[in-house]
Amino acid sequence: MQRRYFIKSGAIALATMGLSPSFLRRLSFGMELPGAEKGKVLICLFQRGAADALNVVVPFGEQAYYQLRPNIAIPAPSSGAVSAIDLDGFFGLHPSLAPLKPLWDQGILAPIHAVGSPSSTRSHFDAQDYMESGTPDVKGTMDGWLNRYLAASGTCQQCQASPFRAVSMTPQTPRVLEGSAPTVAMDSIDQFAVRTGGDAVARLEALYKTGSADIVEGTGREMFEAVKMLKAANPQQYQPEHGADYPRSQFGQRLRQIGQLIKSNVGLEVAFADVGGWDTHVNQGGAQGQLANRLDDFAKSIAALASDLGDRMDDVVILTMSEFGRMARQNGNGGTDHGHAGAMFVIGGPVKGKKVFGRWPGLRPEQLYQGRDLALTTDFRAVFSEVVSGHLGAARLDVLFPGFRSGARMGLLG
Amino acid sequence: MRHFVRLTVLIFAAACAPRGQAPQPVAPAQGMTGGGTPALSREQTADQQVAHALNRLAFGPRPGDEARVRAMGVDRWIDEQLHPERIDDARTEEFLRSSYHMIGEPPAELEQRYPPPGQIVAARGRGNAGAARDGLSAVDSARLKESAAALRQLTAEVQSSRVARAVLSDRQLQEVVTDFWLNHFTVYDAKGPRERYLLAEYADRVIRPNALGKFRTLLGAVAKSDAMLFYLDNWESRADSTRPHLMPPAGRGGRGGRGGLNENYGRELLELHTLGVDGGYTQADVIDAARALTGWTFKGAQQGGGFQFVAAWHDAGEKHILGHTLEAGRGLQDGEDLLDIVAQHPSTAKFIAFKLARRFVSDAPPAALVSRAAAVFTSTHGDIREVVRTIVTSPEFFARAAYRSKVKSPFEVVVSTVRALGGQGDATPRTAAAVAQLGQPIFGHQAPNGWPETGDEWMNTGAILNRINFGMLVASGRLPGVSPMGIPGSDSLPRAPVDQQVDGVVRAILGGDASPETRAVLLSGENPLAKRPAADAGAAGTQGARGQGQLPQPRGFPLIVGLALGSPEFQRR
Repeated sequence: MQRRYFIKSGAIALATMGLSPSFLRRLSFGMELPGAEKGKVLICLFQRGAADALNVVVPFGEQAYYQLRPNIAIPAPSSGAVSAIDLDGFFGLHPSLAPLKPLWDQGILAPIHAVGSPSSTRSHFDAQDYMESGTPDVKGTMDGWLNRYLAASGTCQQCQASPFRAVSMTPQTPRVLEGSAPTVAMDSIDQFAVRTGGDAVARLEALYKTGSADIVEGTGREMFEAVKMLKAANPQQYQPEHGADYPRSQFGQRLRQIGQLIKSNVGLEVAFADVGGWDTHVNQGGAQGQLANRLDDFAKSIAALASDLGDRMDDVVILTMSEFGRMARQNGNGGTDHGHAGAMFVIGGPVKGKKVFGRWPGLRPEQLYQGRDLALTTDFRAVFSEVVSGHLGAARLDVLFPGFRSGARMGLLG
Repeated sequence: MRHFVRLTVLIFAAACAPRGQAPQPVAPAQGMTGGGTPALSREQTADQQVAHALNRLAFGPRPGDEARVRAMGVDRWIDEQLHPERIDDARTEEFLRSSYHMIGEPPAELEQRYPPPGQIVAARGRGNAGAARDGLSAVDSARLKESAAALRQLTAEVQSSRVARAVLSDRQLQEVVTDFWLNHFTVYDAKGPRERYLLAEYADRVIRPNALGKFRTLLGAVAKSDAMLFYLDNWESRADSTRPHLMPPAGRGGRGGRGGLNENYGRELLELHTLGVDGGYTQADVIDAARALTGWTFKGAQQGGGFQFVAAWHDAGEKHILGHTLEAGRGLQDGEDLLDIVAQHPSTAKFIAFKLARRFVSDAPPAALVSRAAAVFTSTHGDIREVVRTIVTSPEFFARAAYRSKVKSPFEVVVSTVRALGGQGDATPRTAAAVAQLGQPIFGHQAPNGWPETGDEWMNTGAILNRINFGMLVASGRLPGVSPMGIPGSDSLPRAPVDQQVDGVVRAILGGDASPETRAVLLSGENPLAKRPAADAGAAGTQGARGQGQLPQPRGFPLIVGLALGSPEFQRR
C-alpha cells in the first residue's frame, strides 16, 4: 500500500534533483519531443446506458433486422439521403456516424460487432461494474482492469514517473481506474491548479516544503510539482489543428482536452472519458432523432480528436465500449429495452481497420440470445487484452483479466 | 517485494511522528480510564489527548469544545459520548426537521408519489402499446419531469442532511460510528431506480439507532433493510428450480421475474460484513448462506415496502454453514440462524475489532489492541459500545504514534472545517457537493467494499490539490453556512498583531499545535518564494482571467485561515 507512494515520490524526487527522465527535463525547457520518445496512448471511451449496437453498426444485409424494427430501423444504403453508410455490403454505419467514415476509408477504424460481456445481466450497474472491473459475474473485484494494467506493467518506462500517466476527464475516478496505481481525475484541465493567486500559492507550497517524508507532505510536494509541470506544458496553448472542430458538448470538450494533454507531452499513457444518454427506452428514433443526436456528438467528437492529433494518431488507440446492447426488437415506446451483445470501435494508427470484426451471429429468432437479443460471439476481454498487449505491451494478461483465456488473436492491430 | 513493503511501512510509521514533539511521556490529564487501564501509560500530553479525542470521537472540535472537554476531563467526555442517549440533541433534530422535507417520509410513499422515471415509461408501454409507438403523451412527459426533479431533490436532501448532522450533532461519537457502519455496510445510490428512495431510511432508521448497540442487531437490521436487499440483490434471490422448495412456487412468482439463486449478498455478508476475506469460509459456505437467505425480500411500494419473507421462494433443503447444520424444511429461521452463526464467529470479532481500531487508532493498528478489542467483542456478545470503549480508552489510542496519524477522509475534511469555523448546518446541496468534489460522494461508492479507510488510498496529487482548494474556497467565504470569521475572537483578531492572529487560527483550526514550519508560513506574508519577481510565473496558480473558476485571493485574516486549512496538519486527524 505504501509502495506506490514511495515509487512515485522517488521518481518526482529524481526529477526535482535534475536527474529527471528526459521528457520531464525537456518539458521544463519547453522543448519538443522527437518522435521516438512519443509514448503510446490508449483512450477509453465509455458510452454509459447501453448503446443500441444494431442501430450503430447497422446489419442492413440482414432481412430480420427490418422485421424486428419496423419503425426505427436504419434504411439500407442509398435508399435515400438518411440511410446507413455502407461499409462492406452487409454492415453500415448509422448516418450520424458519417464523420467516422473517413477513418474507415483510411483503414484506421475497426468496428467489432456482437461483442460484450458473457454475463447475462441486464442491469446497467452490474454490467458497467463487470466491464470496468474486467471480471464478468465476479462482484468482489475491488480494482479496475485499467488500474491493474498501470500497476502491473507497461512499455512506457518514462510514463511511470509522470503524475499524468493516467488521467480521467471525469469529476470522480471511474471504476475502471480504481486501484493501487495513482491516477488523476479532473473535470477540466483548468481545474488542476491552485485556485487562488498572489502570494497565497507560494505560501501554500511552502507549507509542504518541509523535507518531511510524511505521506501528506510528500504528496503535497508532488502535487505542486505536477501543477507546475502542467502549467509549463500549458496544454491549453494547443488549439485544435488540421481543421478539427470539436462539438461544444461536454464530451467534445473533454476529448479536446485529452488531445491537449497528449500534445503537451505530459506523459499521458491512459485517458478515460464517458458519455451518457444511451438508455433509449422511449422514442429513440431511426436515422434521425434521439439516438441519432447522441451519435452525432459522439462521432464528431472522436473525428475531431483524430484530426486534431494528426500524425500522433500513429501512437494512439481509441477504444469505445458500452455495458451491453439493446433488444433486437423495438418496444412499444418506439425505443429498445436492455439487451445483450453490443458493438465497439477501435480507432487509431496501429489499428488494422476497414474491416468489421467479430463473427456475426444473425438475427433470426433461433439465433437470438434468449430469443430476444443479439447473441455474443466476442468476449470484451478478448478485445481489451489484444489492445493492451499489442498497443501498450501489457504482459500480465492473467492479472488484468483473471481466469480469462483468450482464443486466437482477432488481428485488430497491425 | 514483501520485504520492501514492510520497510516502507516502517519508514512511514517513523514519519508519522509529529514534528517538534518532546519524546518523553507526559503526565495524564485524568486518573483512570473507563476500562480501568491506568491512564499513566498515556504518552500524549494533556492538550494532545483533548485534541486527539475530539478529532477521533468527533469530526473535530467546534469553538469552545476543547475548553469544555478539558474542564470535564477527557475520560468523562468519552464516557458521555459512548452514551448518545444521554445527550440532548434537540437543536440538531430541529434543524433537520425544518430544513428537509422529503427525508422523513416513508420511502414507499415517496416512491408512489414520484415513481422512477423508467416505471412511468414501462406503465405507459403496457397501457397502450400501439398508440405509444410514437412516444409519451404530454401528461406522461410532465410526470416524468416531476419525478426526476423530486428524485434530484431527495438525493440532495439525503446528502446534505448527512453532512449537516455530522456538523451539528452533539452526539458526535454516534455520528462517527454511523459513518463507519454506513461505509462498512455500504450501499450505492445509483444501483437502480429504487435505491434512492431507501437511503434516508437506511441511515436514519437502520444504521444510526444501532451504531453503538449489539452487532447482531445491527447486522439483522441491515440484512432486512430494503436498501441492502436491493443493493446486493438478495430481494430477487430464490431457490434454484432443482432444489426442494418450502412451498410450491405459485404462478409466475410475482416480482423479480427471472428466478434462481443470487449469491451476491451471501458472499459479501461473509467477506465484507462479518468474517472478512481471510475469515475461513469456503465457496460452499457462500452458496449455503445464500440458500439460507432465499425468500428474504421486500414488499413493493404499493404494499408499503419493508421486509418480507416469501416462503415460496425459499430453498427448503438442508444447509451446512461454517460447521453448523441448518435442518431441512425450515423457513425464515434459516437466515436468522445464519446471522447468529456469522455474528458469533471468532473471525468476525477479529475483523470488526480490526476495522474499528483502524478507524480510531491508526492505519496499521497494534495487534495487541485488536486482540483485546476482539476479546471484548466476544465476551460481550458483540456489544459495539464496549468494543469502541476498549479501543478509545486504550494506551494505544493515546500513544504518541497515534496522534495525527490518520489522514482525514474527504467527508472528515469538510465536516471538520465547518465545525472548526463554528459553521451552521448548510441546508443547500453545496457542502455535500464539496465532499463529492473531494472524491467521496455520499452514497456514491459503487463497489461493496466501501470507501478507503487508510491514508495512502486517500492521498494522491489530485486529492491534496482539491483539499487545498477547498480550504481557499472556505476562506473566501464561498461555502454557505460558514465563514472564516467564524472562529472565536475574529471580531477583534483581524486588527490584532499578526502573531496573535496566527495564534487564534492555530488554536481554532489546528488544535493549538502547529509545526514551527507551518507557523512560520502562517506568520509570514512575505514568503521568500513570493519575493522573487518571477515567482508568480513559476508558481502553481492559474493566472489572470484565463484560470476559470479562480477565486479572488483572500487577504489578511481570512488568508491565514485558508493557509491553516490547507496545511499538512489539517489533513490529518
